[in-house]
Amino acid sequence: MALAARSYPGPLANRHAELSLKLAGAGVGWLDTLRADSAARYRATGLPTPKVEAWRYTNLKDLVGIDFASAPVVGDMALDSLPRASLLAVNGHVLAFVNGRLRPDLSTLDTLPAGVTLLPLSEAIHSDEQALSAHLGRLVEAEENPFVDLNTALMEDGVVLRLADGAVLDKPLHIISVGAVADTPLAFFPRLLAVLGRDARATIFESHAGIGEGAYLSAMASEIVLGAGAHLEHYKLQNESQSAFHVANTRVTVEAGAVYDNFVLQIGSRLSRNEVHTALIGEGASCRLNGAYLGAGKQHLDSTTFIDHAVPVCASREVYKGVLDDQAHGVFQGKILVRRDAQQTDGHQLNRALLLSRQAEVNAKPELEIYADDVKCSHGATVGELADDQLFYLQARGIDRETARGLLIEAYVQEALDEIGNAEARLPFQRLVGGWLKSRKG
Amino acid sequence: MSLIEIKNLHATVDGKPILKGIDLTIEPGTVHAIMGPNGSGKSTLSYVIAGREGYEVTDGDILLDGKSILEMEADERAIAGLFLAFQYPVEIPGVANTTFLKAAVNARRKAAGEPEVDAMQFLKMLREKTKLLGVTDEMLKRAVNVGFSGGEKKRNEILQMAVLEPRFAVLDETDSGLDIDALKIVADGVNALRSPERSMLVITHYQRLLDYIVPDKVHVLAMGRIVASGGKELAQELEATGYAGYGEPEAA
Repeated sequence: MALAARSYPGPLANRHAELSLKLAGAGVGWLDTLRADSAARYRATGLPTPKVEAWRYTNLKDLVGIDFASAPVVGDMALDSLPRASLLAVNGHVLAFVNGRLRPDLSTLDTLPAGVTLLPLSEAIHSDEQALSAHLGRLVEAEENPFVDLNTALMEDGVVLRLADGAVLDKPLHIISVGAVADTPLAFFPRLLAVLGRDARATIFESHAGIGEGAYLSAMASEIVLGAGAHLEHYKLQNESQSAFHVANTRVTVEAGAVYDNFVLQIGSRLSRNEVHTALIGEGASCRLNGAYLGAGKQHLDSTTFIDHAVPVCASREVYKGVLDDQAHGVFQGKILVRRDAQQTDGHQLNRALLLSRQAEVNAKPELEIYADDVKCSHGATVGELADDQLFYLQARGIDRETARGLLIEAYVQEALDEIGNAEARLPFQRLVGGWLKSRKG
Repeated sequence: MSLIEIKNLHATVDGKPILKGIDLTIEPGTVHAIMGPNGSGKSTLSYVIAGREGYEVTDGDILLDGKSILEMEADERAIAGLFLAFQYPVEIPGVANTTFLKAAVNARRKAAGEPEVDAMQFLKMLREKTKLLGVTDEMLKRAVNVGFSGGEKKRNEILQMAVLEPRFAVLDETDSGLDIDALKIVADGVNALRSPERSMLVITHYQRLLDYIVPDKVHVLAMGRIVASGGKELAQELEATGYAGYGEPEAA
């Protein structure tokens, strides 16, 4: 059957009816409908096989073979404190989730400035229902994405951040998600909704980490709406445990003159896919989608992006750099669509990967689809090894081979870190990259 | 004891014999020059001394203080006091010049069992050395050799030499690509580093450099062998007659 070849039966697909009764907000009419519709779609589509073009390089066969329980139902590992060393070190408002559920004892929400609403999703369902019902699920309803549907069907908790026109979030928001799983494989579905009004400004950090050996699936979905002139810095660390699956979908709309500055560092998980779709829908909107992925062992790290230049005079910039050792597999897919009306688009995309071993592999698929005629678009993709002449130059100055390799790899990744718009925000990422390199030596 | 002894050195690159029996003894505190036409093996000799991979010694030996260095990695040779000023200094994007210099200094200190250099102390030391070579703070902040002019790259090589204080330095065509003003700055930098303990091997195609870095001895390398040796006047002879008398056509 042709359909069978294009899809795997989705984990948890047949358990929505039973699970949904226990979810936060069960019984709230519009939410029940949203969840049920998503569940039905997910049941029908299943998860994509590599026969589906967008999933050609990332095979979910290991994921679909696992009998996940949904996190709200079963117990997990006790966790008294956060695994700080695995997280970004940033100061700010903290909302911490363990296995997808808010942990107030590990969170710190200070007094918020005027015009700022910041709530856990489980609470917003009741106290901020009007705004929530206006936005939740809106950015993703047009597409059929099984992981988004799965998230919507079973989302239990997450973050709702709303900024009124002109409001400024005084300190960064740090969203921390920790998988703490013992024996029973767990799946959890964090949700982020961020709505910034005209000229509002905020910085969001995300740290995803795990403790323990147990397999888990963290399938986050994020919807971000940026009003005219708004500015959002959104910096993410994916440092899940080595037996974890991480599939995150972020959808962003950027109005006139607004800026979305995104950086994603992927170093953890057994298999991950971080997918960011940004639609530039107002003149002068811009986005920066940057990232780095560092893989070792048998890790599979996928960075997939889509930038939709829908209107004239928008700018997008994208720099991704990968370092792959052992038998690690990296995937970069970057599509830029420039619609017919989007004249004077300025788009730049670069993906570079460094292979440290013969068995490491990377698939890069840049894709430019341009229908306007007055545009400036460039893209480049390179795959290479450490340069012998650079290694020799460093060694000729007395620097031993391992240290020389470390310096060159760090420099290589630094070029991606330098793309982070907020210079201060580079530091916590630098520390993690340095830590990754040290762990490679040992 | 001689600082450097090169004995009957044979070396191949990609299986092709390039050096065919070089003998050279260098005493402490002396500057030797090696001149020769293109393709005579000058750069191969510098890479073989520095320990570059792919340059295979098939016979003979190189001794530092009477001990063979052939089994040593490039970094071990550098720690032991060898230095190569590159003909084509390598660009290293993303590594700041200061970071690079500090890593090199710390590698030495680590080998000597000393603690890492203090950041403030290091900068102070660096400032003293940069003055003479006209290396600006801006050049120190930039990535190693990236966007440097030819002259800046060569000055940066000599700066590294000044910072690392080697006992034996090989200067490979340090004059190539330099105008006369840049050449003088580089030569002044090199001359300031001459000392009774430090020896140098200056490799060049042209006699011009040797007007500024005056050698104690001059050797002519042709077809992988040293075919003539003499005092500094040999360089002037070569300038007049060219390399034609040494078994090779004069390079264009």
